[in-house]
Amino acid sequence: MPDADPALTVRDLTVAYNEEPVLWDIDWTVPAGTLTGIVGPNGAGKTTLLQAILGIETPAAGQVRIFGQSYEAARDRVGYVPQRGSVDWDFPTDALDVVLMGLYGRLGWIRRPGAEEKEEAHAALEQVGMADYADRQISQLSGGQQQRVFLARALVQEADLYFMDEPLQGVDATTERALFDLLRTLQQRDCTVVAVHHDLQTVPEYFDRVLLLNVRRIASGPVEEVFTEENLRRTYGGRVGFLRKNESPISDSASAPNRKEESRA
Amino acid sequence: MLDLFSQLLTDYTLRTVALGAATLGIVGGGLGSYAVLRGQSLLGDAISHAALPGIALAFLITGSKAPLPLMLGAAATGIVATLFIIGVTNTTRVPYDSALALALSAFFGVGLVLLTYLQQHAGAAQAGLDSFLFGQAAALVEHDVVVMAVLGGIALLALLLFWKEFKLLAFDPDFGRSLGFPIRMLDIVLTTLLVVAIVIGLQTVGVVLMSAVIVAPAAAARQWTDRLSVMVALAATFGALSGVSGAVVSGATANLPTGPTIVLCMGTVVIVSLLLAPNRGLLWRWWRQWRTSRRLRQERVLYDLYTLAAKHGAGDRPHEAATLDAMVSGSTRTAYVLRRLAEQGLVAETSDERWHLTDEGLEEARRLADKRNLAPDATIDDA
Repeated sequence: MPDADPALTVRDLTVAYNEEPVLWDIDWTVPAGTLTGIVGPNGAGKTTLLQAILGIETPAAGQVRIFGQSYEAARDRVGYVPQRGSVDWDFPTDALDVVLMGLYGRLGWIRRPGAEEKEEAHAALEQVGMADYADRQISQLSGGQQQRVFLARALVQEADLYFMDEPLQGVDATTERALFDLLRTLQQRDCTVVAVHHDLQTVPEYFDRVLLLNVRRIASGPVEEVFTEENLRRTYGGRVGFLRKNESPISDSASAPNRKEESRA
Repeated sequence: MLDLFSQLLTDYTLRTVALGAATLGIVGGGLGSYAVLRGQSLLGDAISHAALPGIALAFLITGSKAPLPLMLGAAATGIVATLFIIGVTNTTRVPYDSALALALSAFFGVGLVLLTYLQQHAGAAQAGLDSFLFGQAAALVEHDVVVMAVLGGIALLALLLFWKEFKLLAFDPDFGRSLGFPIRMLDIVLTTLLVVAIVIGLQTVGVVLMSAVIVAPAAAARQWTDRLSVMVALAATFGALSGVSGAVVSGATANLPTGPTIVLCMGTVVIVSLLLAPNRGLLWRWWRQWRTSRRLRQERVLYDLYTLAAKHGAGDRPHEAATLDAMVSGSTRTAYVLRRLAEQGLVAETSDERWHLTDEGLEEARRLADKRNLAPDATIDDA
């Protein structure tokens, strides 16, 4: 059952690097059981927002609540998929070992993963269609396969709320479809998914809700209400020539529900 | 050579030096693996150079050349230098590599000034302190080796104990933070262990060359394996072997300093590994490239014959090698390739030095065309 509390509440969140605010006064709520996309131009603070929520970055001000609790208290309910480019894929390890890292939090200090944990990791690799690559050195995996390994690592966390930083980046169309189906499966299990997304074309198709971010929160809410040309122009500074596949540009929010049905069909 | 190694068991000095060198090799290789994987090879260099003023200060304060106080002094300034580098990188616009170079030269400079001061003012007691520059393994006594082994053993034990945590720190620290591990604390602990690995080797190898002990065995080990545990074990083994070999070789040769000899042995292991290691080794890669291009050349000629045959509607119609040369622009090696294909029974030469596909060759060319999605313009009737 979805929680009564929202999965995520962010209040007045401000993050600064060297005096320059990267995120300014963000207020944002993510209801439980939704699939939320974060979009915005480069340098909008998308990754920083996730990292501030997860305690990787220290905010200058503001508050983050996960299911009504602090992050420290709710940590076991959170899963994280960092950007693929954030790690060195030439590190001497194999796919299974990377997935096992998702269980380190549950294992606690010093204890090593055993047979039971390895079984779980195998099952997660199976879910993302990577069962045959468990022993493969990670540098020998393609970009899409590496992305799947990261997703499998998040799956073994068995979280209620997932944060994913561009989980569909650099994967081919078939893989993107398969990974997206996986996100939907997570949602059907009452999980909440928040994902940074770079392809504006597919936002209405993939997500229920969206956060338009450019240092400030430009807009957030159901896709059909806030994913408008006007809001996108405010987010991307008017430089965006936004065209949906086979359709004219979004004119206003009134026709949005229709459009969404089409794209789901 | 055998005689040399039998001396290892009987000669007290040689045995002591070899044990010390093995210890610093094992600890340096093991902890160096993490430094190399985390892109901190040069940090090791900065720490070892920065240890020099610490050694001089420790002597200035205690007036003793006992190993423990000197190592403590070395570790103290090594850590101060590390903090300086991190601080400068985080708070100013000076990039990491510049901060490293700055710390290395500044601390080393202070060390040299202090050494000169001690030489002029501290009398005979300071004699031998300058051997920390390039190391003086022959001066090692049993007590030194025991101190090295105990400190190194503790460092390696900590590495094994927090294996999983350090792996997380090295591979994906952000993910580690999201799991709630105190990544900064782990970073400090692992860097401290690196400092330990460095200071225990200073007396033997010296501050100038010590970073080789951290980097070389680990870099060599990385060539041979794709598993972290194997890499650490292998780096420790390479370190130990190079240490002992260096000690034995320098012991057997007059005026050959031990520290630099150990480093040379490690360098040899690195060169051999870079060349010979399977998969990553250069020779291996060159051989694979050569084999692939040879195979592709053969396929190309076979396919050209196939195309010609298709044009003329008969698989066994012979063609001159020159025609095939022309099809592969600029290639003059067609004759050689044809002879190799003939050895495999795929083509045959007629009495007038022209070439045609055999039945097998036709079969093979069809298979290739199918595999590579190539289809000639016309079909060939089976002859």
